[in-house]
Amino acid sequence: MNDRAASAFVRQELVPERSAPIKTTGFVGFLRTRLFNSPTNILLTVASLLLLWFTVIPAVRFLLFDAVWRGTDRNACLAENAGHAVGACWPFVQAKFSQFIYGFYPQAERWRVDLTFILAALLLLPLLIPRLPAKGVNASLFFVAFPVIAFFLLRGGGLNGFGISWTASLLSGLVDSMVDAGRKLTSTGEVTAVVGPILALLGRLIVVLGIAASYLIRPLTWLRDQVQLCSRPMWADFAVTAGIVSVLAFVFNGGVRSGWRSLLTSLVVFAGIGAVIAALGLDHGGLPVVDTRLWGGLLVTLVVSVTGIVTSMPVGVALALGRRSTIPLIRIFSVAFIEFWRGVPLITVLFFATYMLPLFLPGNFTVDGFVRVLIGIALFAGAYNAEVVRGGLLAIPRGQTEAANALGLSYWKTTALIMMPQALRHVIPGLVNSFIALFKDTSLVSIVALFDLLGQLRASFSDPAWATPTTLFTGFAFAGMIYFVFCFGMSRYSLFVEHRLNAHRRS
Amino acid sequence: MTANSIVSISGLNKWFGDFHVLRDLNLEVGKGERIVICGPSGSGKSTLIRCINALEEFQEGRIVVDGIELGPNLRRVDDVRREVGMVFQSFNLFPHLTVLENCTLAPIWVRNLPKKDAEAAAMKYLERVKIPQQANKYPGQLSGGQQQRVAIARALTMNPKVMLFDEPTSALDPEMVKEVLDTMVDLANEGMTMLVVTHEMGFAREVADRIVFMDEGQIIEANTPADFFANPQHARTRLFLSQILR
Repeated sequence: MNDRAASAFVRQELVPERSAPIKTTGFVGFLRTRLFNSPTNILLTVASLLLLWFTVIPAVRFLLFDAVWRGTDRNACLAENAGHAVGACWPFVQAKFSQFIYGFYPQAERWRVDLTFILAALLLLPLLIPRLPAKGVNASLFFVAFPVIAFFLLRGGGLNGFGISWTASLLSGLVDSMVDAGRKLTSTGEVTAVVGPILALLGRLIVVLGIAASYLIRPLTWLRDQVQLCSRPMWADFAVTAGIVSVLAFVFNGGVRSGWRSLLTSLVVFAGIGAVIAALGLDHGGLPVVDTRLWGGLLVTLVVSVTGIVTSMPVGVALALGRRSTIPLIRIFSVAFIEFWRGVPLITVLFFATYMLPLFLPGNFTVDGFVRVLIGIALFAGAYNAEVVRGGLLAIPRGQTEAANALGLSYWKTTALIMMPQALRHVIPGLVNSFIALFKDTSLVSIVALFDLLGQLRASFSDPAWATPTTLFTGFAFAGMIYFVFCFGMSRYSLFVEHRLNAHRRS
Repeated sequence: MTANSIVSISGLNKWFGDFHVLRDLNLEVGKGERIVICGPSGSGKSTLIRCINALEEFQEGRIVVDGIELGPNLRRVDDVRREVGMVFQSFNLFPHLTVLENCTLAPIWVRNLPKKDAEAAAMKYLERVKIPQQANKYPGQLSGGQQQRVAIARALTMNPKVMLFDEPTSALDPEMVKEVLDTMVDLANEGMTMLVVTHEMGFAREVADRIVFMDEGQIIEANTPADFFANPQHARTRLFLSQILR
């Protein structure tokens, strides 16, 4: 029999009609194939339904159906007055809302907080939307100009001098403390036995160096004194600083040949600074000072977390690079720094910054307690970020550096153009993880008498006018929702960024 | 050192820890000369050409590239690297940049070329390696052979005087080897000075001016392709050739 005969075919009987197979699409199909297709799945489905029933239903009832929406004090939220079992007591949140946002910030000055929030939103939103132009200007406004403006808006106060005065005061302070330390060392050396002469000699050397340095900065201090003699010292100082900086920018960027652009940039920047100074009236005292101890609520939470997130990034990147450096001193410093801050609980850091640091600093040198907390948190978060970023750097194959080197790119250019862009893309989930953790950890500042959102909330629980059985739950539900909105927002935005930046991984 | 040599290696010694990987190497490469370096694995071929653009440091000897001396302290590394292009076995393209960005990065940041000029030049080189239409894709979207041709274009955008190839076809599928080799042949015909580490003996026979055979960190034999294949002198060379030219 050949192949042709084997493939020949004649149908003997026709195939009868059959009913359609069981549906596997649509809602019923979904139930059948996914939820109730085996005893285990039936069990799991029922268990899940019960779980939802016992969590979601009571939550919705508490927050919406049994909730009290109107009222002026605790009486509205009592079961006997409401006529039914009472859920959330929303009038409480309504009454305390401004406290949750501003803390004890003076009523009359709260427009300053609002203005800061609006400014932040106006600068941040365009920065987050990739399609909008002028990212460079936008970023420098948000990261450099905004913090300064926000400082003078939120805290208030004015300026007595500008660049010249600051530099002169800083340097003369340094020189004074040098001479002072030298004198003390000399007198200690004179009464000490064996090593005394060496100490005394060292002390005299430091004194001489200090005096020499004081002669060196004499022109600067002279300039400062002249400026301060003017009728409007701030503006005189401002003009002199602007002039010096602009001329330096002009000269260092190529002078007559190619420096015009940087001269223009410098002048525009100073014009902007001048406009801000004039607008806020910083030259004659500025806005009334609101002590940071009066700040509170969401204001503190946002200031602490945004400052923490923004400043911890450069700290983290620098430490991660330092830990991989080939220079032993830098590497050892980075490792020690990271291990120290990671090994200490945040609460200890906050305590140290608030209560212990003032004891160590010289008497006339004080930093606002709130600023100390900010610095503590930034360094703490920076150490964590450093390890996350280092993880990203480790994931980059050695060939990448070699290829960059072979093209003649320097270490810094390789790092900025090849290593960091890849490393940071690898670790977006990890970084956002630590940002979210940082955002929620800000509630720990209540331990050092700063009232963040949660601290303010707990303070408001003690108000007898609103003491009801459900006040506590209502307050925490409200705070939880605010925290959730911010954290969920960060999380979703990070997914968007990840998707956008990882275009090269999709093929 | 002869008058027209562009790479001059003398008395080169290198150790990895205690392992003496390059032993007393001397090599002169003339302008426009094409040299193929072959030898068994572990013989130090890659290490040798990686020394030329200072990806590896060495302990003794000196390397002069286009009049720039590279001593053991590697001080003029960046000057040398600007004159020497390198193509790697594993391509090492920058995955987060498009093909065009890969090719304009170094001209913009090292040579300070305006972006427009750099892009025009890069397109010219991409046309030369016959993939201008892929300019806006990411390296991950290209085949191995295309990636390696982009890597060649990327190296060429710096206008190097010497090109180093470190086993450029070893990571490729057999049918992609040809497209890369064709690109290299074109390059050779244009008069580029090339040092190529490869096992492609067909390429060596066709293109090379000189074949250098290395084993155990030293040059065993160097000769024109005709003599090298027809008339190997050293016993080790004969053994090697008998193994790869079966």
